[in-house]
Amino acid sequence: MGTATTNKHQAGQKPAKHIEERLQAAVRFAGDSGDGMQLVGGQFTATSAVFGNDVATFPDYPAEIRAPIGTLAGVSGFQINFASRHIYTPGDRVDVLVAMNPAALKANIRDVVEGGIVIVNSDEFDAGNLQRAQYSTNPLETDELSRYQVYKVPITQQTLAAVKETGLGPRDAGRCKNFYALGLLYWLFDRPLDPTLSWVNGKFARVPAVANANKLALEAGYAFGETAEMFAVRYQIRPAELQPGTYRNLTGNQATAIGLVTAAQLAGKPLFYGSYPITPASEILHDLSSYKNFDVRVFQAEDEIAAMAAVVGAAYAGAIATTGTSGPGMALKQEALGLGVMTELPMVIVNVQRGGPSTGLPTKTEQADLWQAVLGRNGECPVPVLAAQSPADCFWSAIEAVRVAVKYMTPVILLSDGYLANGSEPWRVPDPDRLPKIEVRHPTDPATFQPYARDEHGARPWALPGTPGLEHRVGGLEKADITGDVCYVPENHHRMTELRAQKVANVLRDIPDQEVYGDPSGELLVVSWGGTFGAVRTAIEQAREAGRSVAHVHMRWLNPMPRNLGEILSRFRRVLVCELNMGQLQLLLRGRYLVDALGLHKVQGRPFMVSDILSRIDELMGGRAS
Amino acid sequence: MSASADKPELTAKDFRSDQQVKWCPGCGDHSVLVQVQKVLAALGARREQTVFVSGIGCSSRFPYYMATYGFHSIHGRAPAIATGVKCANPDLDVWVVTGDGDALSIGGNHILHTIRRNIGLKIILLNNRIYGLTKGQYSPTSEFGTRTKSSPMGSIDHPIHPVSIAIGSEITFVARTVDVDVQHVQYVLRRAAAHKGTAFVEIYQNCQVYNANAYGWATDRETKGDNVVYLEHGKPLIFGKDRDKGIRLNGDVPEIVNLNQVSPDDLIIHDEKAADPSMAFRLARMLHPEYPEPLGVFRAVEKPTYEELLMGQIEAERAKRGPGRLEKLFRSGDIWEVAETGAA
Ligand SMILES: Cc1ncc(C[n+]2csc(CCOP(=O)(O)OP(=O)(O)O)c2C)c(N)n1
Ligand code: SF4
Ligand SMILES: [Mg+2]
Repeated sequence: MGTATTNKHQAGQKPAKHIEERLQAAVRFAGDSGDGMQLVGGQFTATSAVFGNDVATFPDYPAEIRAPIGTLAGVSGFQINFASRHIYTPGDRVDVLVAMNPAALKANIRDVVEGGIVIVNSDEFDAGNLQRAQYSTNPLETDELSRYQVYKVPITQQTLAAVKETGLGPRDAGRCKNFYALGLLYWLFDRPLDPTLSWVNGKFARVPAVANANKLALEAGYAFGETAEMFAVRYQIRPAELQPGTYRNLTGNQATAIGLVTAAQLAGKPLFYGSYPITPASEILHDLSSYKNFDVRVFQAEDEIAAMAAVVGAAYAGAIATTGTSGPGMALKQEALGLGVMTELPMVIVNVQRGGPSTGLPTKTEQADLWQAVLGRNGECPVPVLAAQSPADCFWSAIEAVRVAVKYMTPVILLSDGYLANGSEPWRVPDPDRLPKIEVRHPTDPATFQPYARDEHGARPWALPGTPGLEHRVGGLEKADITGDVCYVPENHHRMTELRAQKVANVLRDIPDQEVYGDPSGELLVVSWGGTFGAVRTAIEQAREAGRSVAHVHMRWLNPMPRNLGEILSRFRRVLVCELNMGQLQLLLRGRYLVDALGLHKVQGRPFMVSDILSRIDELMGGRAS
Repeated sequence: MSASADKPELTAKDFRSDQQVKWCPGCGDHSVLVQVQKVLAALGARREQTVFVSGIGCSSRFPYYMATYGFHSIHGRAPAIATGVKCANPDLDVWVVTGDGDALSIGGNHILHTIRRNIGLKIILLNNRIYGLTKGQYSPTSEFGTRTKSSPMGSIDHPIHPVSIAIGSEITFVARTVDVDVQHVQYVLRRAAAHKGTAFVEIYQNCQVYNANAYGWATDRETKGDNVVYLEHGKPLIFGKDRDKGIRLNGDVPEIVNLNQVSPDDLIIHDEKAADPSMAFRLARMLHPEYPEPLGVFRAVEKPTYEELLMGQIEAERAKRGPGRLEKLFRSGDIWEVAETGAA
C-alpha cells in the first residue's frame, strides 16, 4: 500500500480502530459479471478523484455477456489505484480485494499482496458456488488464505436486512449488495458517501425504491465497518498534489471520442465517424453518437470495409473523416486504407488493439498490431502511426492525428489498446479557446489547380466536389505526378512512390525530438510505446531510485520515428524494448538503426506489471534493485 | 438535381472529359456513357455538383470519361464510398457505376445495405453477366452452365438477379433497361435522377469480347418484341411484335395469354407505386426464355432518405441542446477542481 508495513490481523485480539496514513492503495472489486462490479468500481474511482487523489483504473471483464453465474468464466473485476502522489498505473498487485463469490476469489487472489486484505461475501460460499469455482474444499475453512487478512462478511444477508424496509423483492434487494461492499470500502478508506449518494439519486430518480435501497445498502456497509468488531485499522490517503485546474476522469475511449470531436471543431468541419461495432472500440462509436449537436455524422456501417470506404468518401467530400476498430476490423480496413494513401486524402483510423490473432482475446489488451499499422496493406504504402500513452492522452493523440492527416493529406493511424480504452485517469480539462486551430485549405482557383501538385509539406490540394471548375478524377490507379491522370509510366510510379514516402517522412517536422528520461547515456535504455508507458515509467523511476543507471524512451510516433532516435539508441550499451507482443517495435528498431535491441515480451492479455520490467532489468544488469 | 438558373446551359458534350474512352469497340458501355451525358445535360445538372463513384471493372472506368467529379475506387466498395460522400455533403448528386461482379460478388454486402438505407445514390449496374476486366470469368449473374476460362465444363453456380436483389433489399426505385435501347435508357435514367433515395438501374450491357450477344434475344429487332415487356405505370402488361400478348396472374403465377382470347382488363396492371413489393418481385422473377423480361420501372415509392434522417437528427439535437460547445462537452460528467495549493 505504498509503505513497507503490512498489518496482520491478529485473531482473538480485540481490534482497536485507528487511522493509518498511506501514500497509495490499490483495491479490486471482483464478482460475477451480473454483480455490478464495474459500477461500484466506477463510483469508487469518481469519489476518490473528487476527493483529490490521483487515480488510475483497470476494468477486467469477460468476453461473454453473461457467462454461467458463479463460474470462473463469468468473473468481472475493476481495479482502482489511488494515491496522494502522481501514479501512472492501476497497480501491479492489490492491497484490498473484495470477492463477491468463490469464483471471484479464485480468479483474483493471486494478485493480492502478501498480508493484503481480502473481504469475501461469505454467504456465497456454498457447495454449489464452490463447485462452480472449482474449489474442492472451502478456502475459508482451510489455511489456504493464511497469508492474507481475510474478512468474512455475510454481505448478501446484511444487504437484505438493510433494504428490507423498502419492500423490494429478494431479487432486486439482493442486487444492492455491490453498494454494501462499496460502503464498506468507503469506510475502510475514509471516503465520503455524498458523491455516490447523489449519483444514486440521479440515476434512479424514476425508481425511488431502488434509489433508496442502494442508499441503505451503501450506508449499511459503511456502518458495518464502523461498528463491527472486525477491522482494526482504517486507511487514509490524502489528496495528491495535482497541477491546479479542473479535472475529469476519462477512459481512453471517452478521451478518443472527445478528442475527435474537438479536432473537427478546431478545423471548423463536420466530423464523420464510420464504424462497425467491435470490442474494445465500440464506446467511441457510442459516445460520438451522442454528440450530434457538434455536427457529428456517425455511420454504423455493415462491416469494417464499408466503414473504411465511407471514410475515404467522406474525406473526399470534405469532412474530418475518422473510423475506429480493433484488430480483426483493422485487417478488413487495409485495402480501403491503401486507397486513402493513393488518393492522398486526410483521415484517421483508430485501432484499439486487443489480443489476437483472429478473434483472439476480445476484451483483453495487447500491442500486437504495430506491424499491421506500420507495414500493413499491399504495395509501398506508408502511413503515419502514433500511439497514445495513457487514457487521457487519447484526447491529445486524436487531435494530433487529425492535425497531421489534414496538413499532410494522408491517412493517420492512431493506436490505442484495450487497457487504455477501458482504463481511466484524471484528465486536466483544457481551455478550448487556447487549443490551436487546425488549418484547412481548399483550392478554388481553376487557373492554378492541379490535383497532384504539392505544397511545402508535400501534400496535394484538398479540392472539394462542389467547387466549380475543379472537376477532376481520383482513384486507386497510379497517378501521374502533378496532373493526377492515370499513368502507367514506369519512372512515374517510382517517383510517386518516393513522393508518398517523402510526404510521410515530412511529418517529422511536426514531431518533437525524442526525450530521454534519466541519464542521457549509459548502461541500459528501456524503450516502450503506447499503453505500456505507465508501467515502464514507474519501473524506471523505481530502478533509478534504487541506484540503477537506466534511462527510458517512450515513443509516441512509430512512423516516422523521431529524428534523433537513432543517435539516442547508440549512446547506450544496451537497449531493451518492452512491449505487449513478441517483439514488433524491437524488429523495427533493429531494422532501421542496426541496433542489437533486446526485448521483453508479454502476451497474456494483461498489461505489464512494474515488477515484470524490474525483474528483466535485474536480469540484464545483475543484482536486485526491485 | 442541382440546376441553377444563372449558369450557362450545358450540352452533352460538356459532360465529356478529355480522356480517351478505352472500352472495346462494340462494348455496351459506350452507349450508356453517351446517354448519361445527354440526360445530365437535359436535366440541367451542374458538373461541379455531380460526382461519379465506381468500383473496379471495365464498367467502373466510367468516371474517367465524365467531366464531373469522379472517384474510381476499389473493387466492390463504390456504394460505401459514395455513402461517405453523401453523408459529408448531402447536396451533391452522387452516382455509382458498377458491374455485375463489382456490385453483386465482392460488393454484394454493400449493395444490400446501401439499398436498405435508402441513401440518395443513383446506382447504375452494367450487367454483362461476365467479368470483363479480368478477361472473361463467369460472374454472379452468369447463367448456370456458362462456359468460361474458369468454368470450362460449365459454371456450377446459380445466378442471382439484380432487380430481385434490389427489391429484396427494400429498394425504393428500381428499373431495368438495355444498352442499345437508347430512348429507353434515357427515360429510365431521367426517372432515376428524379428519385429521392436510392435509385437502382440495371442495364443489360453487351460485352463484345467475352460474352457477345448474351442479350441478343432482347435487342434483336426480330425477336425483341416477343422477349421483353415494357412496364408502364397504370397500364396492362402487353407485349409481342404485334402487341397481341399479355401477362395475367393465374393464382399467384404470371401467365402469358393471347389478347385474342383474354381482355386487356384481365391483365396485370402495372403499379410501380404499390406499397407491397410482392408484385414487383414477381415481375422480376419473369425470366427469359419462359417469359418476356420486363423492362422499365418496377418500383418507385417514397421513403425518407438516409441523409435526411441523418441531418434531421443533427438539427434536432442542435435545436434541443444548442450547437455543440467544447467548453460544455469538456466539463460534462463528474468534474472537480484542484486549487493552487494542491488540495481539493
Ligand atoms: C480486391 C480485388 N479482387 C479482385 C480484383 C480483380 N478484378 C477486377 S475487375 C473484376 C471483375 C469485374 O467484373 P464486373 O464487375 O462484372 O465488371 P466488368 O469488367 O464486367 O464491367 C475483378 C475480379 C480486384 N481488382 N480487386
Ligand atoms: S471486355 Fe467487354 S465489358 Fe470490357 S470493355 Fe471490352 S467489351 Fe466492354
Ligand atoms: Mg461484368
